[in-house]
Amino acid sequence: MLDYIPRILEGALLTVAVSLLSLAVSIVLGLLGASAKLSGHPVLSALATVYTTVVRGVPELVLMLLVFYGGTIGLTHLLETLGHTEAVDINPFVAGVGTIGFIYGAYMTETFRGAMLAIPRGQMEAAWAFGMGRLQTFFRITLPQMVRYALPGFTNNWLVLIKSTALVSLIGLQDMTYLAKQASAATREPIFFFVFVAALFLVYTSASLWVLRRLDERFSLGVRRATSWQS
Amino acid sequence: MAELIWPKDPAVNWSVIFEPAQLQLYAEGLLTTLKLLLSSLAVGGVLALFLALALNSRYRWLRWLVGSYTYVIRGTPLLIQVYLIYYGIAQLEWVQARWDAVWPWTWFKDAFFCALLAFALNTAGYTAEMLAGAIRETPAGEIEAARAMGISPRQVLWRIVMPSALRRTLPAYSNEVVMMLHSTSLASTVPAMLDLTAAASRVYSDFYLPFEAYLFAAAIYLSITFMLVGLFKWAERRFLAHLAPRRT
Repeated sequence: MLDYIPRILEGALLTVAVSLLSLAVSIVLGLLGASAKLSGHPVLSALATVYTTVVRGVPELVLMLLVFYGGTIGLTHLLETLGHTEAVDINPFVAGVGTIGFIYGAYMTETFRGAMLAIPRGQMEAAWAFGMGRLQTFFRITLPQMVRYALPGFTNNWLVLIKSTALVSLIGLQDMTYLAKQASAATREPIFFFVFVAALFLVYTSASLWVLRRLDERFSLGVRRATSWQS
Repeated sequence: MAELIWPKDPAVNWSVIFEPAQLQLYAEGLLTTLKLLLSSLAVGGVLALFLALALNSRYRWLRWLVGSYTYVIRGTPLLIQVYLIYYGIAQLEWVQARWDAVWPWTWFKDAFFCALLAFALNTAGYTAEMLAGAIRETPAGEIEAARAMGISPRQVLWRIVMPSALRRTLPAYSNEVVMMLHSTSLASTVPAMLDLTAAASRVYSDFYLPFEAYLFAAAIYLSITFMLVGLFKWAERRFLAHLAPRRT
């Protein structure tokens, strides 16, 4: 029974990889989505609104199956029209990271939009007055101040994202959930393996929570927090 | 580009989806999804009420016990919780030896019950934390006023604190209900269950039409999500009118 443990721990590394890469995708999409929503450009903001509404209204699993199975057929047809004949298989790793990143990009969009709105407009106007360009203003003025406002929502999204990575086991990626399921079928000890993997997830979420709390303290330095107003 | 991804023929074939046999499959799946959603919300909701009270109990051990429960539930994937119940408990020889005759174990023979149990325990963990927060944030003045009127502590809890806390939980709870609707799609990972997602998977594997099969299910999920959001907006207007910003 213990022979399976090292293999599951390897799967845990894959879970970490999937979650971190999806996080990167979702942050990029979230920043783009939030900028689009706040751009005032009618087409861009409508697109971003459709994105966040539709993605947050459909189960992750359904989107993942759609991308994985639908993507395979879509790509095959795409290649056929381009003159290739071989069938393509979508890599489950790419499909998993892509889908989870795409889904949480929608949640990040909402979080980042709120954080951007919380920064006084005068800050950006002052930067423009100094002659900074749009991108420079974003990276030097908006982004560093956004972090503090975005962190609570970001923490929440990240924790949900970690847990949703278990779904990649359903499209055949050999993450720790997948390996635990195999091990439990082989040894007929399902409770042991599922509790083990649940504990690994708990360690991962707890560690993330700890790091993000430290980060929150760091970025909230200089913010006075009244605590005794309730008396 | 659209032509490439959505070739007209024969890749996209909506007519198959709208044949009676497939529509019936989707309808059955939808019914199971809604049954799962409503029953796990009902069971989980009642459980959450008591867990929320325990989280505000004066006994430290009880707070700690229930706090650990919600921490574990909220820190692990629902998929693993479903597996633990369906492949873990329900497949134990000890349980299977009893599930024909001995009472609580007879339930585990039923895949629907296993899914319901996992979902209800899960939503109870999340809802309990929200509700406990709302109870904790009850303005002290309301409780003092009630006590000054001579209302007993027990009555203060059920007549003053709970009605107000339940109302203030509504906005957060609407998110939880939508999350739960989406979570029921995990029932499709249990072989014996035919929910909306499983219906889509079956149509996909029967006709090899992944886009149509899953998009159709996604559209149904999206419409139910909109309906739930609308319902909660209405409920907030109705029950939280006293907290709404003044109209100018």
